[in-house]
Parts: sequence; C-alpha cells; structure tokens
Amino acid sequence: MSQTVLQARDLTRHYEVSQGFMKPKAVVKALNGVSFELKAGKTLAVVGESGCGKSTLARQLTLIEAPTAGSLVLDGVDIAHAGKAELKALRSKVQMVFQNPYASLNPRQKVGDQLGEPLLINTKLTAKEREDKVKAMMKRVGLRPEHYYRYPHMFSGGQRQRIAIARAMMLQPQIVIADEPTSALDVSIQAQVLNLFMDLQEEFNTAYVFISHNLAVVEHVADDLMVMYLGRAVEVGSKETIYARPLHPYTQALLSATPSIYPEDRSIKIKIHGELPSPLNPPSGCAFHKRCPYATELCGREVPQLRTLEGREVACHHAETINA
Amino acid sequence: MSLLQIKNLSVEFGSEKNPFRAVEGLDLSVDQGEIVGIVGESGSGKSVTMMAMMGLLEGQGRIVADELSFDGKNLLTISARERRKIVGKDIAMIFQDPMTSLNPSYTVGYQIMEVLKVHQGLRGAALKARALELMELVEIPAAKTRLEAYPHQLSGGMSQRVMIAVALACNPKLLIADEPTTALDVTIQAQIMDLLVNLQKERNMALLMITHDLAVIAEVAHRVAVMYAGQVAEEGTVPQLFRHPVHPYTQALLSSIPEHSKGARRLVTLPGIVPGQYDRPSGCLLSPRCPYVQERCRNERPGITAHEHGAVRCFYPLFEKKEAP
Repeated sequence: MSQTVLQARDLTRHYEVSQGFMKPKAVVKALNGVSFELKAGKTLAVVGESGCGKSTLARQLTLIEAPTAGSLVLDGVDIAHAGKAELKALRSKVQMVFQNPYASLNPRQKVGDQLGEPLLINTKLTAKEREDKVKAMMKRVGLRPEHYYRYPHMFSGGQRQRIAIARAMMLQPQIVIADEPTSALDVSIQAQVLNLFMDLQEEFNTAYVFISHNLAVVEHVADDLMVMYLGRAVEVGSKETIYARPLHPYTQALLSATPSIYPEDRSIKIKIHGELPSPLNPPSGCAFHKRCPYATELCGREVPQLRTLEGREVACHHAETINA
Repeated sequence: MSLLQIKNLSVEFGSEKNPFRAVEGLDLSVDQGEIVGIVGESGSGKSVTMMAMMGLLEGQGRIVADELSFDGKNLLTISARERRKIVGKDIAMIFQDPMTSLNPSYTVGYQIMEVLKVHQGLRGAALKARALELMELVEIPAAKTRLEAYPHQLSGGMSQRVMIAVALACNPKLLIADEPTTALDVTIQAQIMDLLVNLQKERNMALLMITHDLAVIAEVAHRVAVMYAGQVAEEGTVPQLFRHPVHPYTQALLSSIPEHSKGARRLVTLPGIVPGQYDRPSGCLLSPRCPYVQERCRNERPGITAHEHGAVRCFYPLFEKKEAP
C-alpha cells in the first residue's frame, strides 16, 4: 500500500469578477467542491474541456492560490494551518510542468542556470555541486552536457519540454502537476515525452496529476481518472473501470467524440449539442442537463452528488437507468 | 480529370544561392466529391503547399511545378486578377485558429456578406437573406441576432462555424481546411467534423484536410498523403494506409500514438526530430532516424514509386510486415 501524498476535500475556488462601475461583483465558481486522493507513484488524470476548472485545480494544488473553501492536505500537513516556513517547504514538494514550453522557460537565462535555480533557492549546495546535479538531471532527461550553456530558443519544442520536466524534477518533488504537457508537441515527440514521464515516475516514485483533454494520452498514462464538468467532478474512478464502461453521459460523450485510427476502436457516436455554459451563469441543477440527451425535469432542479456505483463514483441522477 | 492537379511542386525560400526547400517534388490530385487528407508533423510543408496553391506566397517563396491546375486553369501562369476570381469563390479555405482569422472590428454578418458582395454581386435584402441562410446552414443557434455579433462575443466553436459559413458562401468546388479543429475541444471537434463532412456530401465538393491528427483523417478521409520534411513519404487510400503502412515513417508515426500501444508501459518512439533547414541529410531525408536504414539510403534520395494501393518514397518499402530492429 503506497502512501497518500495529497488529499483534497471539497476544494472550492470562486473568483469575483467586476461587472463595471457601481455594479455588484459577479462570482465565477471555477471550482466547486472537488475531492480526491493521490498516492505516491500513481497518476491521477484530470479530464475535461476548456473552462471546466482543470487549471484552477492546478493553481490550488501548487499553492499558487489559496482555495476559497475546502481543505488540502499535502504530505500530512493541512495547508490552511501551515505557517510561512512550512508552506515554503511544501512548495518545493509540489512542482509543475506547463503546457507551452515556448512560454514557460525564461528566454534570457541559460538552461543550466534555470535548472540550478530551484537548488539555489531551496538548498545550501555550492555552485559546483549544483552544476553536477543539474548535469546529472539533464543527462537523465535526454539532454547533452553542452546544452547547459545554451538558451531556450536554441531548442526544439520537445527538447524544451524536457528542460521544463528536468526543472520540475530538480528538487525530487513528491508531486508533479502536469498541465497539458504534450498538447503543443507533435505525435512522435509526444511519445518521447510521455515515455520520459513514465520513466521518471518509476525512478523517483513521483505522484502525477496529469491534466489533459486528450483521452488517448490519458488512457496511456493514468491510474485513476477524474472527469470534470463546469467546476465539478462528474465521474471519478480507476482508469480501467471508467474506460471499460463509462456511466456518466458526459464521460460517454467525451469518449465517443475522441477520434480513433482503427475502426474497431470506434464506439457509436453519442452526439451532444451546444457548448459548455458560462461559469458566470451556470444552469440550475445538473450543470450538464442542457446538453444531456437523457435530461429530465429532476436534472434541472437538483444538483446530483457523487455516489458510488459499479466501483466508481458518478454524479448523475439517472446513471442506473441510462446504463441499464 | 482531377479538380486539383499538382505535379512535381517545389517551393523554395531564401537566397538563390543557398535556398531552403520547404516543399520538394510534391504530387497530389483531388477529385470532385473526394476528401483527401495531408498529414505530417510541424515543418513538414503541409501549409506551405496550400499557400503556394492559393497564391499566398507572392514575393516570398519561389514556386516551381510541372503542373499546378485547378478545374482546368493553370494556377502558375494565371494573373492576379484572374486568381482573385477563383480564390474565395471556387477554392475556399478555413484556418486553424478561428479566433484570429476573423476580423475583430467587423460584425460576423458583415464578414459573411462581404464575400457575397464581391463574388456574387448580391445587394440589399437578398444579401441579408443569404447571409442568414448560411448562418443557419452551419447550425449557429439564434442566427438572426448573431449576425450583429462581433467575433469576440463568440466561442471558438461558433467562430469556426462562422469561418465555414464564409468559406461556403459561394458554393466552392474545393474547400481547404488547414487544421480546422486543432484549437477546439473534443466534443466541439466532433460537432465541427460532422458539419464539414455533411456539407461536403450534400454539395459533392472536394475537401482537402490538412492536419497533424491522424485519427481525424482516419475517420473522415478517402485518401491520405503523409508528408515528411517537405516530401510526400507515402500516399494511399484510407483504411489501407492505416492498416498496412509501407513507409517506415508512416509506420513509426502510427505506432507512436498511444492508441497503438494499449496496455504497454512505454510508447514506441521514432528517435530524433525532423531535420531543419541546415541539417538536411544528403540521402533519404528519413535516413538518420530510420530503423531500417541501409547504405544506399544514406547516399541517394529515393523517388516516389506507385504500388498496388498507392505510392511510396522509399528504396525498401515494408510490404511484408517487419518488426523494427
């Protein structure tokens, strides 16, 4: 049984948005009570379309922002009660890899310096020791030692993402949050980067929160899966259970909308109409009911809660009848 | 005769002395009512090919071809004036990023009507009615009020629908879609692809899809050309090419997709990256990365040769199933 490194309970984040002078502020409910657990060496994939709260979740987990409500326990420490020094120590345990490696590296700093910076800030190593550690990590992610003195513009997208991954791994964090790490890369490069992620996880026993909209990639990397829609989790469970038999109509729609190369992998297309509603003005009841082919009057009235069904959690009033 | 016929197209940039060939010896034909896909990674020359055809490289690139004709007209010798009559009318194009390809300072309705004014000479009530009809054709809800909307008021999916409406305004014979769904979410992607394919069938137009997403092509296209470093590596009909790729690059590309290695911990990869401007190898362009490379591949460039189901640019195509060494 591996150790739980992260526990989120009813994590909520609301943003106030100005509507103009003298008008009351509106509230965007970007994240609405999300709970999950993450174990060392495992990968939780968070899936959903743009605007579903995936990136807001990442901002809470990396302690960039404090949640509006709910609790977050990192490595046994509840962040709501942690002091400044404790938070600083926690931050080095959670690292992040961003989507766009063209924007996430400092163009005016040499690669070696960028990779050494986490060590400079968080450890008491000498310059020589830092350089050795950086070079060892560069070798580990498939970069050559001469790359130490180069600037980011001299690298291709795939190599830059390797640099970003190396930077996240420098302090050997317990958790790495990867926000769409391969969506800016070509397929053949994507495969190289995904393999690197898997190898590093094996070596360092890191837990990943892998945020993606690409269900084919998620199927490859994830152990557990959380499908989100408009700030809420709609289906949470192990990858095998959910891919074998998705129960929530939104998960079904997502899976069937993903194109596949081989005809035998294609499921019958469930078509959903319309687009994600605005989080400023969410529909009443189940957020998905306006697009859901099975919606009834109940769905427009009551918000469905997550409940256990067939070995996973699902938030749908009609999960049994739909899948009967 | 094919609607679009390209033979031996090359596009060069840079100085005459030390040119960079973005596209080299490209052959492609598209028939009426056919969906053809061009796939390749970034830098493989997909978009440059299309821009050369549309005449969008004027003054930047040098275009050389044995033949570049559309509907019987030679696009190489055509005057700019003549070209303007074809482009936007008989050949229409939709781009990758719908948010940036619409003009932010004009309403959506104005941008649809502009095409109709220029190419069909419509005015007044007829113009407005046709614009509304087009908005409804691309399934935009509340079309009447949306005519007055500015692009920033629309979502990505809606903007792409508007782009399609603009492109279809003059009933084009050929629609070129350059990564039409790359910027969109999967459920919206499915909606847009459905719309494109339905419209294509309804009007029997030719659709040329450029994308890096092999799965999208596999689902909709009839034929596909796989490009690598400015050349067509392999061309063939759709189920056949994906089922039995004969070029080592196509094979590697297909096996690097997660869908291919279900259940495996590691994905199959093709080491290295696409050669850039200054490090093109003298032999076959894939030779530094190819797992099957032979001495001949390092010294000579292979030409494209036809076979039973398509064409391939390789000295040693993989007609029998071989595992990579």
